[in-house]
Amino acid sequence: MTGRHGNQRLFTVALMTPATIGLLVFFVYPLIATFYFSFTRFDLLSSPQWVGLRNYRYFFTEDPVVWQALRNTLWLVVVMVPCRILFALGTAGIVTQIKRRAGLLRTLFYLPALAPPVAATVAFVFLFNPAVGPVNQVLGVLHLSQPGWFADSTWSKPALVLLGLWGIGDIMIIFLASLLDVPQDQYEAASLDGANGLQRFRYVTIPSIKPVLLFATITGVIETLQYFTQATVAAQVASGQANNGAGTATTLGFPNGSTLTFSQWLYQEGFTNFYLGYASAMSVLMFLIAIGFIVFLLRRSGSFRGAEA
Amino acid sequence: MTALATGTRPVTPMRSVRRVRTERKLFWLAKHSVAVALALAFVLPFAFIILTSMMSTEQAGTASLWPHSWHPGNFAKVFETAPMVSYLGNTLEYAVLATLFMLLSSVPAAYAMARIRFRGANLAFLAVLAAMTLPPQVTQVPIYLMWAKLNLTGSLWPLILPNLFGDAFSIFLLRQFLLTIPGEYGDAARVDGCSEWQVMTRVILPMAKPALAATGMFMFLLCWNDYYGPLLYTSENKAHWTLSYGLSQFRTLYQVQWNLVMAATLLVMVPVIVLFFFAQKAFVQGVTLTGVKG
Repeated sequence: MTGRHGNQRLFTVALMTPATIGLLVFFVYPLIATFYFSFTRFDLLSSPQWVGLRNYRYFFTEDPVVWQALRNTLWLVVVMVPCRILFALGTAGIVTQIKRRAGLLRTLFYLPALAPPVAATVAFVFLFNPAVGPVNQVLGVLHLSQPGWFADSTWSKPALVLLGLWGIGDIMIIFLASLLDVPQDQYEAASLDGANGLQRFRYVTIPSIKPVLLFATITGVIETLQYFTQATVAAQVASGQANNGAGTATTLGFPNGSTLTFSQWLYQEGFTNFYLGYASAMSVLMFLIAIGFIVFLLRRSGSFRGAEA
Repeated sequence: MTALATGTRPVTPMRSVRRVRTERKLFWLAKHSVAVALALAFVLPFAFIILTSMMSTEQAGTASLWPHSWHPGNFAKVFETAPMVSYLGNTLEYAVLATLFMLLSSVPAAYAMARIRFRGANLAFLAVLAAMTLPPQVTQVPIYLMWAKLNLTGSLWPLILPNLFGDAFSIFLLRQFLLTIPGEYGDAARVDGCSEWQVMTRVILPMAKPALAATGMFMFLLCWNDYYGPLLYTSENKAHWTLSYGLSQFRTLYQVQWNLVMAATLLVMVPVIVLFFFAQKAFVQGVTLTGVKG
C-alpha cells in the first residue's frame, strides 16, 4: 500500500511541477522584484541603483502627465464598467423574453465580442469618423448634432464606451445563463404576492444573479484598469499617424491626452523611455489600486455572501 | 415578500381579462421592437465595414453608405501592399504553439487541483486566482528583463514559452470543469485496476473534451487578438509582427484609403468568426463556465 501512496505522490508532483515553476518564475518572483525595483533607478543597460522613495515622490509631485492618465482610467472604470454591465444585463433580459429565434439573437449579440480588439477599434474609428463615417451621416439625416467622436477630446472617451458596449457579448452570455437559472417558481410566488415586473426584478432576479454580477464587476474593473489596446489604436488611427517601430510615442492620448490611460503611461515610461524603476513604482501603485477595488467590491457584497454561506 | 401584497387592487374579472390581453400585446410589441433595434445596432457596424471594403478608393473618402461600384479586388490589394502572409504566419505560430503548450502544462495542474487531495492544493489555487486576477502590467518589468537577458526580446518567444509552465486562467477554467465530474468514475476505474495515469488519460480527460476545446479556443483567440504582447516584444522587428499588431499600423500605409483599411479589418475578423461558427457550442459553454462559479 505504501508503494501505491508513494506513486500517487510522485504522480501529483509530476502533474504540478510545470505550473508551480510557472507561478514562481512568472508571478511570485516578478511581483516581489517589482516592489524592489520600485525603489531603484535603472534602464536596460545599467543595474538597479537604490534611490529610496524618489520614484514615488516623482509620481505624486512632479510627473506632469500621470494624473491625467489616472483620471482618464478612473473615468473609464466609473463610467464604462457600470454601462457595460447594465447594457449586458438588459440585452440578456431581452433574449430571455423572446421565444422565437432567441438563438439567432444570442449569436448576433455575441459576435462583436469576438472581433479582435484592434480590428473592432479600427472599424469604430471609421464608423465614427466625423466627416465620412456612417454614424454622423445618420445623425445628420436625423438633424442631430454630429460630434467629433475620436477626434474630439470631450467625445473620445464616450466613443470608447460605445465601442465597449458593442463588445458586450461574453458578459451577456454569462448573464443569460444565470438569468435562465433563476428558479421559475420564485417568480410565480412573487407574482402571487402581487409583485410587479420591477419588484420581481429587484427581489427575485437580482439576489439570485448577484454572485455573477459581482464576478462581472470585479473582472470588468480589473480589465478597465489595464485599458490599453483600444485607447492606443483609436488614438493612432484617429490621428492618422501610426509610428512604425516607434512604439506608441507620438499619438499617445490623442486628442489632447483625453484617451491617455494609466497603463499606457506605464508602458511609455517603462518600455519606450526605459525608466524601469519608475515604471515599477507605477506597477506597484496599479497593484494597490487593483487590490483596493477588489476589497471594496467584496466588502460591499459581503452582506449577501454571509447570508448564503 | 408579504409587504408587496398590499399592492394588489381588486378589479372586476371581465375588465381585468381584457386589460391583461392588451397589456400583453403591448408588452410583446415593446420587447420585440427593442430586440430588433438592438440586433440592428449590433449588426450594422459589420454591414458598414463590409460595404466600405467594397468601395472604390475615391468613394470611400466621401460621405456615402452604399458602393456605387463593387471592388472585391480590394482584398487582393491588401495582400499585395502589406505582408499579410507573414503576419498570418507569425500569428499562427504564436497562437498554435501557445495553445498546445498551455494544454500540455495546464491540464495536468488543473487535474491535480481538481481531483487529487494534496498538501498545498489550496495555496496553489489561491496563487492561480491571484495570478489570473492581477493586471499583467504589475509584473511586466521583471519579466521583460528576464527575456532581455535571454536575448529573446524582438521575437514572439516571450509570449509563447511561458505557456509551457501553465496559464493561470486556463488552469482555473479546466479545474472548474473537472470538479463537476463525479468521483465515482475514477473510483470505478481504479477498482478495475487502472493506474492513476490511466484514470486521468483514459477516463476523466475524455469526459472533459468540451472543456479542453473551450479552453484551447480561448487561448487561441487571446493570442490571435493580442496587441499588447506583440507591441511590447516585437514592435521594433517587423519580421515578427502579427495580424492584430500589423493592422494597427495600417492607417499610415494607406493614408485615407478607408476601403483598404476596412478590407484588412475584415480579413483579421473573419477567421475568428468562422472558428466561432464551427465550435459555437464549446464557446458558449466555456464562456458560461467562466462566470458560473465566479
